[in-house]
Amino acid sequence: MISIEKFFINFGQKAMVFFYFFGGMTTLTFRGFYLLFASPFKKDRIFEQIKKAGFDSLPIVSLVALFIGFIFALQTAYFMQRIGSEIYIASLVALSLVRELGPVITALVVAGRVGASITAEIGTMQVTEQIDALETFATNPIQYLVAPRLLALCIVLPLLTLYADAVGIFGSYLICVFKLGISSAMYLNVTREALLYKDLFTGTFKTIFFGMIIAIVSCYEGFNVQGGAEGVGKATMQSVVKSFILIIVADCFFTALFYFIFP
Amino acid sequence: MIEIKDLSKSLGGRRVLNGLNLNIEKGITCVIIGRSGCGKSVLLKHIVGILKPDSGQVFVKSEEVNRLNDRQLNMLRLKMGMVFQGGALFDSMTVAENVGFGLIEHDHLTHKDLLRRIEDSLCLVGLSGIGNLMPSELSGGMKKRVSLARALCIRPEIILYDEPTTGVDPITADSINELIMELHDKLKVTSIVVTHDMTSAYKVGDRIAMLYHGRIIAEGTPQDIQKTDNPVVHQFINGLAKGPITETVEHLK
Ligand SMILES: Nc1ncnc2c1ncn2[C@@H]1O[C@H](COP(=O)(O)OP(=O)(O)O)[C@@H](O)[C@H]1O
Ligand SMILES: [Mg+2]
Repeated sequence: MISIEKFFINFGQKAMVFFYFFGGMTTLTFRGFYLLFASPFKKDRIFEQIKKAGFDSLPIVSLVALFIGFIFALQTAYFMQRIGSEIYIASLVALSLVRELGPVITALVVAGRVGASITAEIGTMQVTEQIDALETFATNPIQYLVAPRLLALCIVLPLLTLYADAVGIFGSYLICVFKLGISSAMYLNVTREALLYKDLFTGTFKTIFFGMIIAIVSCYEGFNVQGGAEGVGKATMQSVVKSFILIIVADCFFTALFYFIFP
Repeated sequence: MIEIKDLSKSLGGRRVLNGLNLNIEKGITCVIIGRSGCGKSVLLKHIVGILKPDSGQVFVKSEEVNRLNDRQLNMLRLKMGMVFQGGALFDSMTVAENVGFGLIEHDHLTHKDLLRRIEDSLCLVGLSGIGNLMPSELSGGMKKRVSLARALCIRPEIILYDEPTTGVDPITADSINELIMELHDKLKVTSIVVTHDMTSAYKVGDRIAMLYHGRIIAEGTPQDIQKTDNPVVHQFINGLAKGPITETVEHLK
């Protein structure tokens, strides 16, 4: 009896935390977008965030995408050579990169790199009363901190994804042309034939939402830091974990959605 | 100028403020004393409207702070300057950007005017010429003074100081006290100083109020407070270990 009661109480509390989180996230999303457009547009602040989130992420995204390209080409080569159709490595790599791997890998890299830094920054501002200071200067912290990051990530993530797709395909190209002896023209041709606009669209469109998830989760966790340095560390971890989970869930949702919309 | 009626607030499951009443007249310096963790910062945050009361009212310039809409509240906030305990300087900005923050966000001054206002404010706190440093390069006392300069820059009518002399050496502490008095005389601002430093309280205060168990238990001129027959106040202002104030652990629970 007692344990069942405990289970329900526990479950209830978990559910409350869950709904509280989603309620907070939803509110923050709407407030963020509302304040983005309702208030005078601060270009500089948005450009600064675009540079921080996008431009500064290029090295790590390049590295990861290039290696994913290498690895993916080699892994598919293993099977394709067995059935004697090496040339389809190109189409397989192109499709999986553009439709799935590129968006998700980019989003995870950005969540780890940019999301974590946003949470740590806002969290530190919270525990050192800088957020309160913003308010005393009649500046809305959501407008000042969240809105530019939200917009920047929604812009940056699709662009980074397209870039990652290209770099990944390039990595696989290097392996195929220089290691597996497929001709360069052939590789490019097959790639071009394999990719349809809808692949590019479905692959890239969802990353706008990934960007939104990263921005909102990391800001939310930052604002809700409690306690000092330890709290900031914990919130940063939470922010990355929650972003990962939500990105994967959102990805699953969009994949299913597009599967039925564009069969 | 500032009127607080029956203010109550619970935070983290504990009643931090419990029916607090306080009146602060225009142009005076009111010092609020109390032990660490008794809710002094929480009280200040209610005055600037960062925290909302559970019950009770806070009036600033006859306007009820938690009844105002966002725009009105912002207007009111720009008449108040708050100096935070740790400075709360924005650490991604230079000292000058920090000091000019309120002006940059809300006033459309020319670049030259802006720089002049910033330099004037830094000058007032005796730190001219450090505009290009980053907050991380400053000492604790300097951070507090820059924080004060930042609050001054918007020319507030009310300045709230959160433990301005805590954590700085006695000489810096005294110079901060001098500064508080000087600003009060020069700019005719109403000041609220939260502190547990009695030297500072006697020096800068026109009136002293003691916060204990979520209420103001005594209020008066420094002389009144010194002559008090309230044992709690007596113990606190004389810094005695023995007396009615003993509970520390249970009180926190
Ligand atoms: N945001 C908060 N959440 C939970 N508890 C808080 C919060 N802010 C303050 N408190 C609690 O309120 C009490 C008073 O805090 P504070 O006003 O900062 O004390 P002080 O008088 O030292 O400035 C403390 O016990 C603190 O734990
Ligand atoms: Mg305090």
